[in-house]
Amino acid sequence: MDITIGPIAFFWTAETVRDFYRDLAASPARRVVIGEWVCSKRLPFWQDEIPGAVECLLAAGKDVALSTLALITLRRERRQTADLFDAGIPVEIADLGALRHLPEGAPFQVGPTVNVYNEATLEWLARKGATRICLPPELPLSSVAVLARAGRAAGVAVEVWGHGRAPLAISGRCYHARLHDRAKDSCQFVCGEDPDGRDVVTLDGQRFLTVNGVQTLGHAHSTVAGQIAELAGIGVRAVRLSPQTGNFAAVVRLYDDLVKQRSAQAEAVARLQTLIPGACFADGFLAGAPGLRRAL
Amino acid sequence: MMELVCPAGTPAALRAAVDAGAHTVYCGFADETNARNFPGLNFSRPEMAEGVAYARSRGARVLVAINTFPRAGEQALWHRAVADAHRAGAHAVILADPGLLAHAAETHPDLRLHLSVQAAAANPDAINFYAEAFGIRRVVLPRVLTVEEITAINREIDIETEVFVFGGLCVMAEGRCSLSSWATGLSPNMNGVCSPASHVVYDEVSGHNEARLGGLLIHRTPKGAPAPYPTLCKGCFTAPATETGPVQTGHIFEDPVSLDATELIPRLQKAGVTALKIEGRQRSRAYVAQVVRAFRAAVEAAEAGAPMPAGLLAKLTEGQSATTGAYAKTWR
Repeated sequence: MDITIGPIAFFWTAETVRDFYRDLAASPARRVVIGEWVCSKRLPFWQDEIPGAVECLLAAGKDVALSTLALITLRRERRQTADLFDAGIPVEIADLGALRHLPEGAPFQVGPTVNVYNEATLEWLARKGATRICLPPELPLSSVAVLARAGRAAGVAVEVWGHGRAPLAISGRCYHARLHDRAKDSCQFVCGEDPDGRDVVTLDGQRFLTVNGVQTLGHAHSTVAGQIAELAGIGVRAVRLSPQTGNFAAVVRLYDDLVKQRSAQAEAVARLQTLIPGACFADGFLAGAPGLRRAL
Repeated sequence: MMELVCPAGTPAALRAAVDAGAHTVYCGFADETNARNFPGLNFSRPEMAEGVAYARSRGARVLVAINTFPRAGEQALWHRAVADAHRAGAHAVILADPGLLAHAAETHPDLRLHLSVQAAAANPDAINFYAEAFGIRRVVLPRVLTVEEITAINREIDIETEVFVFGGLCVMAEGRCSLSSWATGLSPNMNGVCSPASHVVYDEVSGHNEARLGGLLIHRTPKGAPAPYPTLCKGCFTAPATETGPVQTGHIFEDPVSLDATELIPRLQKAGVTALKIEGRQRSRAYVAQVVRAFRAAVEAAEAGAPMPAGLLAKLTEGQSATTGAYAKTWR
């Protein structure tokens, strides 16, 4: 088992992105997925960082894949998706429609926003050339076990959402803009002001969701830190960590120690808590319980 | 004339829809294979066969929605649903899961396949991909598109399009939303339910009605004021102040509105849309009959180039207010 770093969900400045990937090159992560995952309007502000980041990560011995958008609608977005397959680097699809641009016989990866709920879909993707699939965060452990087994038989590495605010929904509407009484087309890039997303709480103050432009995430950090051994045991090949600000390098090291069995998983969440003060953690999805709960 | 695709959660609603002028009725089996898996709703196998016969005898067709994502290790339940829909004489099945589509295309090559809105195929590449991979004949478009985008899509695809014009409104891309399971453990994709009534608790607290879902406060309304059903994405929440943004309290995702695109029917017709879909398999037979009659008049008016009958259904919409949703660009 090893570690995959997912694409940055948030709108970070070019400089922040550059520093983030430079640090990541020195981390124990095995592979990195990079690209604009959420909103194509953000891409022009940081796309020039991508070639340098890819080069730096490859030089450090990481596997690198390019992510598509999670929801592709505009003509410009379709063109960008098609271009990704020409870059000479493996592509991770975040929207199934991206497969239309896949060159015949080319291998690809599948991200957590593609609906892979059962063996038939996994096997169908494997026949199309999928080599690696990160399962949707809402799957319970019972489904993960069946899919990990099916993945092994089909030659597909199965990974799970390991750490970070889980992607719960994507929309045509931008909620960040709406919070500023703006429409998506006149958003003035307000999502850039909240580098870990904007909190949404219930009327009685319960922490609930996080708005990230057109994407809605869980507020709690979903984590499998307490279930690494079980996941490895059923054949899960990697845990995916989702980038966030703060001490992310330490978060990566913590998971690497768990994966390599250098530290006990019993206190793992408590150690996470010291690395991300004020955060709450959840593992309900894996338990088949409400996702926001700590159930295991 | 544009085809009117109407909901039926019960055999009585199916007959009511057909009698009121539905060209097509869609329904599902009484289990988790369909996205309206509510208690007391949906069809047994014999009821489905009878429903198909009733519709056929009056020149109407039945579509069977099998549009949840089969659970790993238990796909047989979904396979059986496809086979039984075929056997019952369904005009088509409405599917979302690629694995199930592959199964249906291979096992039932003469069964017509429609791509469910739950597949969220939101651009011509995705739609053409599904058409080529599985031979789907119609796509139900996700509610994230403007009329202009629908027009553009129809220019680039060869299969039929169906769009929602009335009823409940998802503000997230359908089939790609886990908000409900985040709060309750049950989701549209896995269980065929969203914000399930089994997890709703109403309470009265200091002169206010409170509605909770999975313990989370979704609405607080003054006593006596209309209290909408606590659907998660139409809830009232707070975004605390940040360094640059003031505190915001309100319907952060969407107001408790429902979709009414009646006024857009002529433009949707011009956009090349084949069929108009009405949401509401959970609705009563009387509601279905009323909505179907109104929309039958609307599509006939559109066919004749006459103006749309306005405000016809205002009192039927959720919380008394309606939106044209993503069809108008300003919604975004």
